[in-house]
Amino acid sequence: MDTPIIEFERVSKIYQGGAGPVTALHDVTLRIAAGEFIALIGPSGCGKSTLMRLIGDLEQPSNGTVRIKAKTPDQARRDRDYGIVFQSPVLYDWRTIRKNVELPLEIMGRPKEQRHQRAMELLKLVGLGDFGEAYPHQLSGGMQQRASIARALSFAPSILLMDEPFGALDEITRERLQLELLSIWWEAEPRPTVIFVTHSIPEAVFLADRVVVMSPRPGRVQRVVEVNLARPRAFETREDPQFFALVTEVRECLRATETAG
Amino acid sequence: MLPVIGIVTALLLIWEGSKLLFGISDQRLPHLGDIVATMFTRTQGGNGPLLLVQMLINAWATLRIAMGGFFIGGLLGFGLALLFMRMPILERGLMPYVIGSQTVPILAIAPMVVVSLGRMGAEPWIAKIFVAAYLTFFPVTIGMLRGLRSASPQSLDLMRSYAASSLQTFWKLRLPASLPYLFASLKIAASASVIGAIVAELPSGSSEGIGVMILNAAQFYNSRPPALYLAILVAGLIGVVFYGLVALAERLIVKR
Repeated sequence: MDTPIIEFERVSKIYQGGAGPVTALHDVTLRIAAGEFIALIGPSGCGKSTLMRLIGDLEQPSNGTVRIKAKTPDQARRDRDYGIVFQSPVLYDWRTIRKNVELPLEIMGRPKEQRHQRAMELLKLVGLGDFGEAYPHQLSGGMQQRASIARALSFAPSILLMDEPFGALDEITRERLQLELLSIWWEAEPRPTVIFVTHSIPEAVFLADRVVVMSPRPGRVQRVVEVNLARPRAFETREDPQFFALVTEVRECLRATETAG
Repeated sequence: MLPVIGIVTALLLIWEGSKLLFGISDQRLPHLGDIVATMFTRTQGGNGPLLLVQMLINAWATLRIAMGGFFIGGLLGFGLALLFMRMPILERGLMPYVIGSQTVPILAIAPMVVVSLGRMGAEPWIAKIFVAAYLTFFPVTIGMLRGLRSASPQSLDLMRSYAASSLQTFWKLRLPASLPYLFASLKIAASASVIGAIVAELPSGSSEGIGVMILNAAQFYNSRPPALYLAILVAGLIGVVFYGLVALAERLIVKR
């Protein structure tokens, strides 16, 4: 592997809760290459969101080191290396969709013309070209999530952190958005590294280059499954026997974590 | 408009109906017609302006005081909310006194304020604005503090990921997110400031204000009951107008 963009070296995260310390993440060592699409999967409490938040400097490790592009996560955050998409769109409801997409650029002090142009470009990319002047509440859940993806991409971050972004959507919208996300990611230049947290086995396999299977109590990496499905992936990929084989492999892996725990 | 007309009609019916049904005398509850008629009587023994005009002029004097108190109390509440948000220790330390200040009846405090500020040589309007501000700052503090804390953890995470400064986070997230809460408390504050202004007029020996009108009308109640009812109606009107202004400002400012 080339120099990794994300490097976890024996990282643990312990929360001091009211009922004593809770180990959210135990001794994780992981290397992720630039441009990789990584899915984090596992049952609730396996620390997959914590892992994502450690990358994004939203939490700090209790032990071990996290390096992002050979920098500290804090430095990477200051360099605006992260675009984040949460399960809920978290759009600011007093701003129009376009203004929401412009928000990061505004904070980074980009000139108005450039902001406007970039926002419209991204809204077109996610299929919301006609909805720039709408307010968030006027859009469906799927459209809101598209806007939130456009916002995360607006400043072309090198790492895209996605915490169950399609978890609240219906299955049909979800599958369509998976395809759209893949094509946006595939065509982006330079291609961002994606950390995608999910509960869904088919979603993880369909999207990722590697699926990191995690197990709970304490949260740790159980296994990493390589997904050798050809890219660009398409609707038909989900009907490929190899796809089924990989889904089964991940599922077996997850079941093993249950019996082990 | 229809609901308003409906409610007014219902009130008219209840008013006049209860007079009829329970035999309430004109002395205790005048006819609505008499209250309307008293609006158009001349003051000062027939040489002054219409009573209604005089009432409205005095209402305007009270509204001005209320607005002044609302503005100052609003700023104070806003400032306290900011302070408490930045320094939760101060909130824990000061909040009991802030709450205590509101539990003491304003009727007990107003004369103290009016008298002591008067002794210090302050203009009477200063004491009145002080009392109005006193009633205003509390709801604004509470509402604004709640509003400043209403931004979701995830929306704050986003700001963090953009490496936004705390000032940017304030202007672009905390403040706009707080506006619905702020306006809810400003609406309460608007009517509270009118009460403050009226109460402060009572002991100050002032020459103008709807509070003065209420006192006068109460003194002459035996000879002319409708005047007191009119004064009370006009006092209510001040609150409605002020509330309406705040609601209008909200509609212009809060877009969503």
